[in-house]
Amino acid sequence: MGTAALLATLFAPLAGSLALLFIHKDQAKAIKTTALVFSVLTFLGSTLLVPGFDAGSAAMQFTVDMPWLTSIDAGLRLGIDGTSLLLVLLTTLIMPIAFLTSWGSVTKSVKEYNVLMLLLQFGMTGVFMATDTFLFYVFWELILIPMYFIIGIWGGKDRIYAAIKFFLYTLVGSLLMLVAIIWLGLEVGAMTGNGFTANLAVLREHAPMIAPQVQTWLFLAFALSFLIKVPLFPLHTWLPDAHVQAPTAGSVILAGVLLKLGTYGLIRFNLDLFPVASVQFATPISVLAVVGIIYGALVAMVQTDIKKLVAYSSVSHLGFVVLGIFSMTTEGIQGAVIQMVNHGLSTGMLFLCVGALYERRHTREIADYGGITSVMPRFAVLFALAMFASVGLPGLNGFVGEFLTLLGAFTSPVLNNQMFAIVSASGVIFAAVYLLWMFQRVMFGTNDNPENKHLRDLTASEYWQLVPLAVFIIWIGVAPRHFMHFSETSVKAVVERVGTFTGKVSSVLPLPQQQR
Amino acid sequence: MHIDYFGSLPLIAIWLGLGAIGITIQAFVRNNTRLVFGYYLGTLLLTAALALITSGHKGTTFQDMITLGGVANYFDVVFCAAGVLTMLAARPYLQREGVELDEFYTLLVSATAGMMLMAHANNLLVLFVGIELMSITFYVMAGFLRTNIRSVEASLKYFLLGAFASGFLVYGMSLIYGATGSLQYNVIRDVVAQNATNFPTLFAIGAVLMAVAMSFKIAAFPFHQWAPDVYEGSPTVVTAFMSTAGKAAAFSAFVALFIALMPGTSTLTPQLQLMLAVVSAITMLVGNITAVAQTNIKRMLAYSSIAHAGYLLMGIVSNSADGYSGIAFYVTSYVFMQLGAFVVVGILERQNNSLLEINDYAGLAKREPMLAFSMAVFMLSLAGIPPFAGFFGKYLLFVAAIETGYTWLTIVAVVSSVVSAYFYLGLIVKMYFTEPSGEREPATAGLAGITLVVTTAVSIVLGLFASPFLATFKSWW
Repeated sequence: MGTAALLATLFAPLAGSLALLFIHKDQAKAIKTTALVFSVLTFLGSTLLVPGFDAGSAAMQFTVDMPWLTSIDAGLRLGIDGTSLLLVLLTTLIMPIAFLTSWGSVTKSVKEYNVLMLLLQFGMTGVFMATDTFLFYVFWELILIPMYFIIGIWGGKDRIYAAIKFFLYTLVGSLLMLVAIIWLGLEVGAMTGNGFTANLAVLREHAPMIAPQVQTWLFLAFALSFLIKVPLFPLHTWLPDAHVQAPTAGSVILAGVLLKLGTYGLIRFNLDLFPVASVQFATPISVLAVVGIIYGALVAMVQTDIKKLVAYSSVSHLGFVVLGIFSMTTEGIQGAVIQMVNHGLSTGMLFLCVGALYERRHTREIADYGGITSVMPRFAVLFALAMFASVGLPGLNGFVGEFLTLLGAFTSPVLNNQMFAIVSASGVIFAAVYLLWMFQRVMFGTNDNPENKHLRDLTASEYWQLVPLAVFIIWIGVAPRHFMHFSETSVKAVVERVGTFTGKVSSVLPLPQQQR
Repeated sequence: MHIDYFGSLPLIAIWLGLGAIGITIQAFVRNNTRLVFGYYLGTLLLTAALALITSGHKGTTFQDMITLGGVANYFDVVFCAAGVLTMLAARPYLQREGVELDEFYTLLVSATAGMMLMAHANNLLVLFVGIELMSITFYVMAGFLRTNIRSVEASLKYFLLGAFASGFLVYGMSLIYGATGSLQYNVIRDVVAQNATNFPTLFAIGAVLMAVAMSFKIAAFPFHQWAPDVYEGSPTVVTAFMSTAGKAAAFSAFVALFIALMPGTSTLTPQLQLMLAVVSAITMLVGNITAVAQTNIKRMLAYSSIAHAGYLLMGIVSNSADGYSGIAFYVTSYVFMQLGAFVVVGILERQNNSLLEINDYAGLAKREPMLAFSMAVFMLSLAGIPPFAGFFGKYLLFVAAIETGYTWLTIVAVVSSVVSAYFYLGLIVKMYFTEPSGEREPATAGLAGITLVVTTAVSIVLGLFASPFLATFKSWW
């Protein structure tokens, strides 16, 4: 049943996009309804992955292994473990919400838009599920096309610039990753004597034994591609443009899911396949992560455009995730995984709130708002919830992730320096500064602007977009264990793996202290 | 002298169809271009079918001068397919330009016959005959719009430079003959393999001269200067045929020739490989970087086709079964996607070389959504974005290059791919993201619509169903 649910979750969006091709482009309502139905059904299908999932096992579950291109050992190999399960569920949850939010706001070329969105969902789910490097690469690149069109056609004023920048920036990283995939496959193929392989299971077995110098290059090539996606300072410059210029649904998907592809790749490929190189590069990358946290926060503080503020907050928040990953501790990586989900929910919700304001007033400038609470009280509640979750208020989901990643960074034997955690903790304070200040300027104070006097409160559609996210934000904040126990075993396995392999190569690196 | 008639059926079919029967028909039939068109279409389809039927029948014939079966028949099918698709697109194009003459179809089929000879050649002289037949036909076809100055210029440039290159080819062949004592590929290969460490200097010079001549044909640096002008000036459907099938034929000859000239044991081989690798790297970079600056779409596609020749050379450089299989697959996908792109250009073009600027494609998605969609598929496929066919070909060539130790070449290829993505996307931006300017009457595709449907479909699905192709290719080398 699990495997069937896996295949259904992956291919239902593709089936949906093909089904949409048969509906005439003038029947906008039918198109939108069909797309929404397919995405909701995919979400329900993905929840079926949960009951059969064995949280005690770190292995890939519900695996599919069908031959595709045997001469280059590329197959339809799929599977999920704890980390990918959480991210797949995040994807399938966010997509229906994205469809709801674009229901009213996307009016031109509705058919093409919905087809592209469903293809995007297909691609993203595929990235999380692929256990074959070639297939992973195909899905990874596949995402670029719909996202490029979504930003470029339905985006804001400077959408063309943002779309091209997004595409080319990501393409540079991924093409280098392609070379690394081929090189890796050949290296491991030479080790096993079976020729080139793209099978992730085989690669996991043999990749850590690759010579350290080669491993370094492979690590860097993979890392470049992922860190551009994350994005890590200073590779983040595509993000503000892409986020601001994308339509609301596009921003929600970008922040909610697309950025997580990078961090997921770091765990699945960089840590798993190249533990020696990962430990080697942990400190420089963590430094950049901390810089990103502080820099993102500082730049967010001075923004006048709410969407751009939230975009820079993403840079800042994902710095925590990267820091957690490269702390190489169970707490750190667990925190990173749950923070990926949390960030998706809270920043997604923030973008939805900004989108709601934009729908009413067609401006995102903070100066154009003020005292909105008096006319939209219910909106204020949900907006405040999203904002506090982003700040990391205890009781909401953001706190769980930030606390764990900071704990991991503090106690990390690989980083071996408490300053990382200390400096990053100040980033939490900065987050409070820019978010609370923005909220105060937009929602509180006096409602002076006459155009703000008659804004209507949330519509039913907007409730359906915001409330599910709010429910999960509170749920994860209060009872994170319900979600974290899925990824616990896989994360522990990754940490143990890093410890084993770097312990072996004691002549190259200092032996890590005892792992907890 | 025993001639394998069954195996050479495709060759016999096209030669008879072209020569004996075709010219006779044309001598007696007047003013019935439809009949001639249909007849030659049928000839190409018959030849392709015969090539498929006889493909399992491997061997050599005509005193070992012609190879049969396997690779050669596969390329026959590719050439005939390209020919059929071009003919379908050419008819409405030529009618619109007002120059539809029967002779065009004759020339096209004779070019195909030349290409087939190139693919089947097992002897340097046969190769020469094939190359010359194809090239001279192309010289004439390039100048088919007799009253258009660009077309005449293209024809003359191509002829002069092509004749010069053929001079290099013959000279190289003569030197190789002098060094090895034979014109047969297999004999040459054996001689070179036997004299692995002290190959005659004459042979090295001959090999380099042949590489120069073949590089001219595929438009590789630094012998690529003719391509942009010739591709721009020729009638668009001729460019479509030349740049795709012509290049495919040149590569099929290149592969067969260099398998003979570069056996694994020879010490000359690594040097030739390095030389070709450098040519490949610079070609890719020059092609893609210059294409960025282009404003005329035919020139942009011409420079992009130069770059693709660079990618294909990676397969020759790797000199391995993987490399050659990669070339075969890439060439197949390339023929379809590049042909489709030029056909779209041809459909939208108007008299006197108008509507050929990239800016003329602004807002095409709103005016002609189907054409824009096809063009977008071709652009993404040429850029090498999965899941389109172009990606799989590139991947195979990258694997082959890294396997044989040319990782630096792969990185150059990757960098130039990113550069190429810029101008391929640029056209998509123009079509989808910008508003249409000015009024135009809608374009009619006519028979070219069939070509577009086939090429778009192949560009989308070839990669997904690559498995049988790859298995077949591997078995040949």
